[in-house]
Amino acid sequence: MSALLEVEGVSKSFGGLRALSLCSLSVQRGSIAGLIGPNGSGKTTLFNVVTGYVRPDAGSVTFDEKSITGARPDEVFALGLGRTFQLTRIFARLTVLENMLVATQRNEGWLRSIMRAAASPAEQRRAMELLDFVGLARLSATKAGTLSYGQRKLLELAYVLVADPAVILLDEPAGGVNPTLINEIRERIVALNREGKTFLVVEHNMEFVMGLCHQVTVMHQGSAIVSGTPDVVRADPRVLDAYLGGGEEEDRDDVAVG
Amino acid sequence: MGSSIIQAVIDGVLTGGVYALMAAGLTLIFGVMDIINIAQGIFVILGAYLSYALSVHAGIDPFLGLFITIPALFLIGIGVEWGFIRRLKEGDRTAMSILVTYAVSIIIEGVLNVSFSVNYVQIHAWYVNRSVHLFGFYLPYIYLFGFAMAAVLLIAIYALLYRTRFGASVRASLQDRTAARLVGIDVRRVSTICFGLGVAVTAAGGMVFGATNAFNASTSYDLISRLLAIVILGGLGSMGGALGAAVFMLVLEDVVAVVWSPVWATAVFFAALVVVLSVRPAGLFGRQVARAQ
Amino acid sequence: MSAGAKSSTEAYVSDTGVSTGRRSAIAAAWLVFGALLLVFPILFSNPTVTTIAVFTLIYMTAATAWNGFAGYSGYIPLGHAVFFGVGAYTMALVSLHLNLQGGYEMFALVPLAGVAAAVIAVPFGLIALRTRRHTFVVITIAVFFIVQLLAFNLGFTQGSSGVQVATPLWTAASFNDRFYYAALVILLIAVLVSWGIRRSRFGLQLLAIRDDEDRARGLGVKVQRVKLLGFVLSGVTVGMVGALYAFFIGQIYPQFAFDPLFDVTIALMAFFGGLGTISGPLLGALILEPLQQYLTLQYSVGSLYLIIYGALFLIVILTMPRGIIPTIGDRLAMRRAERLGREESPSAAPVSPPVEVAPFSGAAR
Repeated sequence: MSALLEVEGVSKSFGGLRALSLCSLSVQRGSIAGLIGPNGSGKTTLFNVVTGYVRPDAGSVTFDEKSITGARPDEVFALGLGRTFQLTRIFARLTVLENMLVATQRNEGWLRSIMRAAASPAEQRRAMELLDFVGLARLSATKAGTLSYGQRKLLELAYVLVADPAVILLDEPAGGVNPTLINEIRERIVALNREGKTFLVVEHNMEFVMGLCHQVTVMHQGSAIVSGTPDVVRADPRVLDAYLGGGEEEDRDDVAVG
Repeated sequence: MGSSIIQAVIDGVLTGGVYALMAAGLTLIFGVMDIINIAQGIFVILGAYLSYALSVHAGIDPFLGLFITIPALFLIGIGVEWGFIRRLKEGDRTAMSILVTYAVSIIIEGVLNVSFSVNYVQIHAWYVNRSVHLFGFYLPYIYLFGFAMAAVLLIAIYALLYRTRFGASVRASLQDRTAARLVGIDVRRVSTICFGLGVAVTAAGGMVFGATNAFNASTSYDLISRLLAIVILGGLGSMGGALGAAVFMLVLEDVVAVVWSPVWATAVFFAALVVVLSVRPAGLFGRQVARAQ
Repeated sequence: MSAGAKSSTEAYVSDTGVSTGRRSAIAAAWLVFGALLLVFPILFSNPTVTTIAVFTLIYMTAATAWNGFAGYSGYIPLGHAVFFGVGAYTMALVSLHLNLQGGYEMFALVPLAGVAAAVIAVPFGLIALRTRRHTFVVITIAVFFIVQLLAFNLGFTQGSSGVQVATPLWTAASFNDRFYYAALVILLIAVLVSWGIRRSRFGLQLLAIRDDEDRARGLGVKVQRVKLLGFVLSGVTVGMVGALYAFFIGQIYPQFAFDPLFDVTIALMAFFGGLGTISGPLLGALILEPLQQYLTLQYSVGSLYLIIYGALFLIVILTMPRGIIPTIGDRLAMRRAERLGREESPSAAPVSPPVEVAPFSGAAR
């Protein structure tokens, strides 16, 4: 089995704070990988490095055997790496369908972009299919700003799918979402994985991660400390240490989340 | 030539101090409330006219008059904040505040035109046209007094921000409005007072401006664009940045006026802003924002 | 939320049903409006009235063009007077050097003025659009002052003595009419461009930038290019009306061609009518420009309109921050939703009204 996404020795500091230090991680093609760890352990920073929102100080990121270290977010996205955000970021004043259509525009000349209607019938159909897939089709004409939190997560997932990325990075897909919608989100991920999509998921909800992921990596103080199947990770004493001791004071308050 | 450049630098530093005071008010308002007060320019002119009226009609010395005009502009500032700015929705406050304060600005401009006519005036006092002669340089009294007053007021603002309980809550609000609210700071009250303070300093700045320049209400356009250039260059919300940028810009302008031509000095002032921002979009002293947020 | 979701299938269907009827009503309104504009000079021949009408058309165009960038992208430029002035000076100086005598051929310079505005707009936009939104506002003001200063002091602009523009030898009776129809043509182009932008994927990208620029970039939108293009397009149109203005007035001065109030005026018009809508800026200019002209003619004190303008602006922003058109549109939508709710299922929770934070609402109304 080959690694589709490979992070090697990535370090990143913000001012004096070391957010990532020599962090390595690999995600196998066709798998669902999980990323867990206490608050402030660098999970979201790692996401930002992989998707081009933050430039690493050192280390490399390889996607499908091409280096994407330091590439811009739009370049990364165009290569087939889609992501969602911890706090969902949708276009609140556009309709749900228009939100979907924004994601369909890739690599066209500026003249064409003016001359063309916002979306061809085929693109509209595809967008509606994806909305249907996440269960939002009936809300396509409403302003995205009126959606509930969980629905926003589903919308984000849908419009990342428009571009048909090979890897999807999900930042806390279950955070702040009610249990019914959590199940819905889980089912969608599993269905997509069956079609061949690879996932990397950051999540605090242990039950969600352990039930969903094939491979789980635990981060602590900016490095990946343990990696393996959910059972292996659960049994590893270092994981408990990472959550309970050793970390900075602020980490301790967040244990309850897991 | 050499000594006239030094003279220009001295003039630039002395006038820069007054601009720093006016710009500090603007950047304080922005830092605490995320509001760009376009009316700052017309408030300066309003302050100048108040000092002018007091000195012409009541014979009150402009510096003494500040004890009336500073509180007056403080109250006007509080009124504007309470009457209009407070009513804006949190979401597009910054954009809307530009328009609201612009509207306030043209109303005041209209009122000033009606009450004082559009003819240029200047504030007069014994120290306006006299200078001290020192080491071969001319130091106009009004520049010296103005600089001293600006320094005193800036130190007073500094002390207020860093030595008082109120200052602590202002600084907390400067850093993060939401967090400040969470720790029990009445951010709305802090905002109102800061807006009042930010406007109040224009009374002092306006008095010196009105004594060193002939002005009418439409002079405010030139003023506000300079003040905005200064606070942007210094990094929006940064007090120290505003001080540094004010002195830097005024010295630059005065030196260009001497070595090249007074006509192009103003253009260089704005060109400096454009050049700096095309290299550092967050200004000279502003923090560069990360791509993520 | 859950109530809304439950009934949304029906709501969606009935909504589209209503909107077909509504759409033809809107089309009819546009046609009547267009026809009125077309016959206006025939109905009113008083030169004072037609002069005001020409100015109104010029401002309707400028406000539409300004809104085509500001309303869609959420960036507020306050330096569009640069394009207006560049257009005006292009008309004045080129006709002077070509020794044109003020016939119809002068109108051929209008597109040229658009090109000149574009040449200025590209570097202007490249610098200004790199910065964050509120810094952008300030840079546009700074560039405006630089350009105004250049107009005052460069040799070829003839400084504060201004430039004479050749006056056509048309009869007084038909003089204004020709300018009226020329302005109407430019307005038509501006409205079509604005409408086309809104329907194109370029327009959708601008709207996405307005809502969340970083996210749009992450989804592959070339944000810098899209913003620059919107900025330049809007500047070109303003440059063209600037040229027409110079020809109409017959003489230009730096302080009028580069007027700091120009941007406040068109911004107020767009906000007043409804930012981000097509009809909003038209309506705003249609109300405000004749008002300003009337006040200036009626009271020689120019300051009065400053006070009235400022007060109006405040009232609009504080009472209907989204402008007239979206506010009315929402009221209508809400009433319709209430009626539908009553007719369909009296027990169901009322459909939530489309009240959103922002002064934008998208589609043409």
